[in-house]
Amino acid sequence: MTADLPSAPVDKAGGTALAGPPAPGPQARTSTAYLRYIAGKVGGAAVSLLAVLVTSFFLFRLIPGDPVKYMTGGRQVSAEQLAAYRREFGLDLPLWQQFTDYCGKALTGDLGTSYQFRAPVIDKIAEALPNTLVLTGTAFVLYTALGVFLGTRSAWRHGRLGDRLNTGLALTLYSIPSFWLGLLLIIVFSVGMGPVPGLFPTGGMESGGEEGFAYVIDVAHHLMLPVITLVAVEYGQTLLVSRSALLDEMGSDYLTTARAKGLRDDLVRRRHAVPNAMLPTVTLVFVNLGRTVAGVILVETVFSWPGLGGLFYQALSVPDLPLVQGLFFVFASAVIVMNTLADLIYPLLDPRVGR
Amino acid sequence: MTTEATPPAAKAGPRALARQRRRDSAVRFWKRYRTHRAGLLGLAALALFALVALTAPLTVGSDVSSVTGAPGSPMEPPSGEFPLGTDRFGRDLLGLLVWGSRVSLLVGLLAAVLSVAIGALVGITAGHFHGAYATVMMRITDWFLVMPTLVLAIALATVMSRSLGTIVLAIGVTSWPTTARLVRAQTLAVEARPYIERAKALGGGHWHIMSRHVLPNVMPLVLAQTTLMISSSVLAEATLAFLGLGDPTLVSWGGLLQDAREAGAVSSGDWWYLVPPGIAIALVALAFTLCGRAVESVLNPRLGVAR
Repeated sequence: MTADLPSAPVDKAGGTALAGPPAPGPQARTSTAYLRYIAGKVGGAAVSLLAVLVTSFFLFRLIPGDPVKYMTGGRQVSAEQLAAYRREFGLDLPLWQQFTDYCGKALTGDLGTSYQFRAPVIDKIAEALPNTLVLTGTAFVLYTALGVFLGTRSAWRHGRLGDRLNTGLALTLYSIPSFWLGLLLIIVFSVGMGPVPGLFPTGGMESGGEEGFAYVIDVAHHLMLPVITLVAVEYGQTLLVSRSALLDEMGSDYLTTARAKGLRDDLVRRRHAVPNAMLPTVTLVFVNLGRTVAGVILVETVFSWPGLGGLFYQALSVPDLPLVQGLFFVFASAVIVMNTLADLIYPLLDPRVGR
Repeated sequence: MTTEATPPAAKAGPRALARQRRRDSAVRFWKRYRTHRAGLLGLAALALFALVALTAPLTVGSDVSSVTGAPGSPMEPPSGEFPLGTDRFGRDLLGLLVWGSRVSLLVGLLAAVLSVAIGALVGITAGHFHGAYATVMMRITDWFLVMPTLVLAIALATVMSRSLGTIVLAIGVTSWPTTARLVRAQTLAVEARPYIERAKALGGGHWHIMSRHVLPNVMPLVLAQTTLMISSSVLAEATLAFLGLGDPTLVSWGGLLQDAREAGAVSSGDWWYLVPPGIAIALVALAFTLCGRAVESVLNPRLGVAR
């Protein structure tokens, strides 16, 4: 949601690591420095996760009124029943005790009980997680590849017609609400419109009754439209980031040297310029994962995909607070964990980092 | 008094000089902005949308959103009487679209201003004061930066009452970290210059330095950031309204899309109900993005966004 256009220099790994003095001397010193770098990143992530845990507890206690009212959905219930509900969900205890209980349980993987499904939140999440991973993973790989491919090509020929068309299209798609694009695709390609017959299913993940290879094909068929929607709204960001990263490298001396050696233009781009432009791109692609999470929630809602995003929407409409809270925790920690992973991979891409 | 005889600059006091300088830099800015065709296009589109939103009380009036006095029958396709058809209550969709622009633009504007204000405050103070304060502020910023913003905004909107203020607050307090980082970097660059040292030597306090020296220098950046932020705030408002977290009594573009989905416009193929609000959202978001990028590249050619 934040306008993380390429102008945002959010280069965390670079910022801390490049500031340090270069490490002269034997290999051993380098590896201890790397271990210290890893320990710092992992420690930071642990603090962030703890902050998410605390936030998600207090945020959902801000709610005005009685959570029990939401559970009963406006039905007439006796005072005894209300008291029983409170006891069942631990809402009769003092706040600090609720908080310690909550933290203790969260550490053992217990995120409470859903009001709506009367099932442990962790079970609902475990059920939906693989479906979300299939959708998000496919889309993530595709939009990153597409964005980097088009972005580096755009930058290499910047100012030309192809670059302007590419950037213009990316900006336009970036401005389109993902859920709206999804709805339009459903109308055109699933319901069918004019000469276009209904090619794809309107939603869900499977038709049911298929097995083995036919099941895979069926899921892929259902996967098509949601993935197209996600890739369309997300690739623009990667394109702009990798484009401006490569533009920053364009004037560098080592490129002139490479050309002077007589390397083909294509080789100069692939071997020399792009690898260097990839460094800031990797960081930003992972920082922007937060935006992808938003896209996934909307796309799953629109296509009734049985994943975490769809579950989040169902939980919101009640509102089923333990489920909303659990999913909030899962989404936030997923992004934090992925960012930490990116920080850990970074020194492998750029040997200057982490010394 | 022979004011006409002497050149204005020679006699002008410091205030007049400052005004003159500001006018000059505005003219210079506009001259360079004019060379960005995409930026001009965005500006024209924005002027049009602003005109439509401001004159809406005259052209359509607030009774366009009233369910009881709906002029048409439900879900009519576009016709001469209703150029964009009617919604599920028989209301004129063109009128609703025009009326909805007010809420969408207002929320986008307010949320962006709130977000950039928080970002600028955190950025300037974190850049000016060193030590523990700056460290803590930047840790918080980094934490917010990786958080899925929309999820946080949804969570906030869920726990607060359904109103326009809630949406503005939810978007504003979750989307400031990018601005904070940019402003902090600029503040650090400004504070390294010698004239800040001079101001300190002459006895300028923290407040004086931050408000008279740093703020004017980060203002252009803040302006560009606000323009870009409005674009994402308009999108965020539409998203929250679509998820049913908006004020149900107000008409907004995202709310219209939610209505359309609930009325089954998707499965019955009633495209005229869905297409116009989405196009409006995308156009406004695109127009603000184009303007923001043009402003950014005028102020900081090194960023190279529009090279």
